[in-house]
Amino acid sequence: MLTAIVLLPLLGFVLNGLLATRLGGNRVGPRFVSVVGCGLPIASFALVVKALLDLRAGGWAPLVEIAYRWALIGDNVFEIAFYFDRLSAVMALVVTGVGSVIHVYSIGYMKDDEGYGRFFAYLNLFLFFMLLLVLGRSLLVLFVGWEGVGLASYLLIGFWFHDLANARAGKKAFVTNRIGDAGFLLGMFVLFQAVGTLDMDRINAAFSGPTLPLISASLVGVLLFIGATGKSAQIPLHVWLPDAMAGPTPVSALIHAATMVTAGVYLVARMSAVYLHAPEASALIAVVGVATAFFAATIAIVQTDIKKVLAYSTISQLGFMFLALGVGAYGVAIFHLVTHAFFKACLFLGAGSVIHALGGEQDLRRMGGLARRIPLTFWTFAIATAAIAGIPPLAGFFSKDEILWYAFASTRGGSPLLWLVAAATALMTAFYMFRLLWLAFFGRSRMTHEVEHHVHESPLSMTGVLVLLATLSALGGFIAVPHFLETQLPLPPVDGHLHAYETPLLVISVVLALAGLAAAAWLFGGTAERAERLRARFAGMHRWLSGKYFVDELYERMLGRPLAWISDRVFLRFGDRALIDGTLHGLAAIARGSAAVLGRLQTGSLHLYAGFVLVGIVGALLWSWRHV
Amino acid sequence: MDRTQLLIGVAVALFSLGLVGVIVRRHVLVMLMCMELMLNGVNLSLVTFAQQTSTTVGAVLVFLIFVVATVEIALAIPIVLLLVRTKRTLDLGAYSDLKG
Repeated sequence: MLTAIVLLPLLGFVLNGLLATRLGGNRVGPRFVSVVGCGLPIASFALVVKALLDLRAGGWAPLVEIAYRWALIGDNVFEIAFYFDRLSAVMALVVTGVGSVIHVYSIGYMKDDEGYGRFFAYLNLFLFFMLLLVLGRSLLVLFVGWEGVGLASYLLIGFWFHDLANARAGKKAFVTNRIGDAGFLLGMFVLFQAVGTLDMDRINAAFSGPTLPLISASLVGVLLFIGATGKSAQIPLHVWLPDAMAGPTPVSALIHAATMVTAGVYLVARMSAVYLHAPEASALIAVVGVATAFFAATIAIVQTDIKKVLAYSTISQLGFMFLALGVGAYGVAIFHLVTHAFFKACLFLGAGSVIHALGGEQDLRRMGGLARRIPLTFWTFAIATAAIAGIPPLAGFFSKDEILWYAFASTRGGSPLLWLVAAATALMTAFYMFRLLWLAFFGRSRMTHEVEHHVHESPLSMTGVLVLLATLSALGGFIAVPHFLETQLPLPPVDGHLHAYETPLLVISVVLALAGLAAAAWLFGGTAERAERLRARFAGMHRWLSGKYFVDELYERMLGRPLAWISDRVFLRFGDRALIDGTLHGLAAIARGSAAVLGRLQTGSLHLYAGFVLVGIVGALLWSWRHV
Repeated sequence: MDRTQLLIGVAVALFSLGLVGVIVRRHVLVMLMCMELMLNGVNLSLVTFAQQTSTTVGAVLVFLIFVVATVEIALAIPIVLLLVRTKRTLDLGAYSDLKG
């Protein structure tokens, strides 16, 4: 059954890919594509629910299903096996559930696109690989899924590849991911060497037992985290995510918000037994996570493209999740992953609805006053914004507050400094999200005339999904995910002295969220001229933030140009042209030269030929006379 | 010098004359005649040695060489004839079309 969960989307990919694309001759219409493309993920979701019920019926003992024996090398067996326990259940529900609704949304969003069949084929391919990642038992199967979602991401970011910028964004995403994968692979090698297997449940058991494997858990932890950095867009490998907004909005929602970028979080949470013995690695994760969260939030404040704000917001929220992982609160990180999937997908799809309503406009400076024109989109977007800002009792409040609490009080690395930076980031989160809401939906319209004329609410396939996700964003906080996962991912112990701070910190969280809302309303309400004056006063910092701290330019200068120089000078001119081509040309020249020399024998003069024959005869006679 | 040595000397002389003629002369028919000379030099030496050892092996070989020489001429003359038809000359220097 687990195999069926994974294979159904693959079937969708094969069917749509072969029949509905130009490759297959466009044999079927959009109705077939929609039914197959959405029906199979929904079927997968139903099977996941059934698997969860089976899990519960079996007393929560993990379900294992071995699909295929991949390789037998010496004494080592490598199998493609699937593993279903509580953590897998949560992840699989999110992936198939949110994935299915985004597929349904795409029916409306991509309706007029010429690559409709190709889009659904790629989306199903992505879902297949993501399920491989989440349900795989061995790190090897996880890695296949890991690479596969990277491939699907590349294909979908560059979906409208006729625009070269989109193709370049896809390439950037893939290459940045691969850099992280180098660390991941090294981590896998080290683990296999030390433990003798790549099955994650066995690795966790080895690290939980009385004697630990003879390997530095921190080394493994750091290496695996490097892989997570690439996939989950943390510093320094975060540069691909904002560019990935070049893809269609459902792609941004599914891959770059709800599921693929959370793969790094899942990896660390799954290997929690290793990280429990790796305080240095955990500290690194916490610091990188909170720094990324802060850094991305500062950039999000000044972005003018609606999707870029959400992209930096995603990087920031992922930072929060890594902060939770770093202080040992693995279940809480997964909780934030789930609530984030709900409200971030809702936000992205809402942005897609806005873009659809405005006929393609994405710049916030040319929006405004949309609240009355597209009310359904507005209300769902507002609910999701309140959720991400952390206003109770919406989902984001519960998960974010837990993270802040453990960042402060956990005995496995919590500190007031981490809490302070995280709280500042939470304030900025509320601020830039409400800024987004105000600039897009309130105030006087800054739209151009033809755009304003055509503003219309999205079709039911899109708005229905928005309503569903907004409801989940509102109520999702009450799903007690950390408690559900506690038997598997125990919550970290909290310093007893600090219990007194619990309620004050809670109050501070709410105050920060409301303060962000108030500041955004004050600055951006009405004509937003107060914001303009603020920007004029801090023009230097604004330029620095708008330029995203010029990280891309730094990478280009430090890495891109030297690499290009080496490729050109050392490998192309010297290695390829001078050495390899030179050797071949040299050999050919020798052959040609010797042919020219020998060719002079053939003068055509029969006298010469006769002379040669006779010289040869005389020579042969002399030789035979000598040797007789 | 006794008779055998003289005859061998004559045979060697004949052969050398033929050899030099083949190398030096440009006239095709003269080259063929010089090749006949070489063959005759060999014949003479064979007969001399046959008589010296009183065997018949050498003489039999001489008959073989006669036949071969005749056949050779029978083939060579028509070849020369065909060549002369295209080139209109008997000068060996003209037959250098197979240049490398």
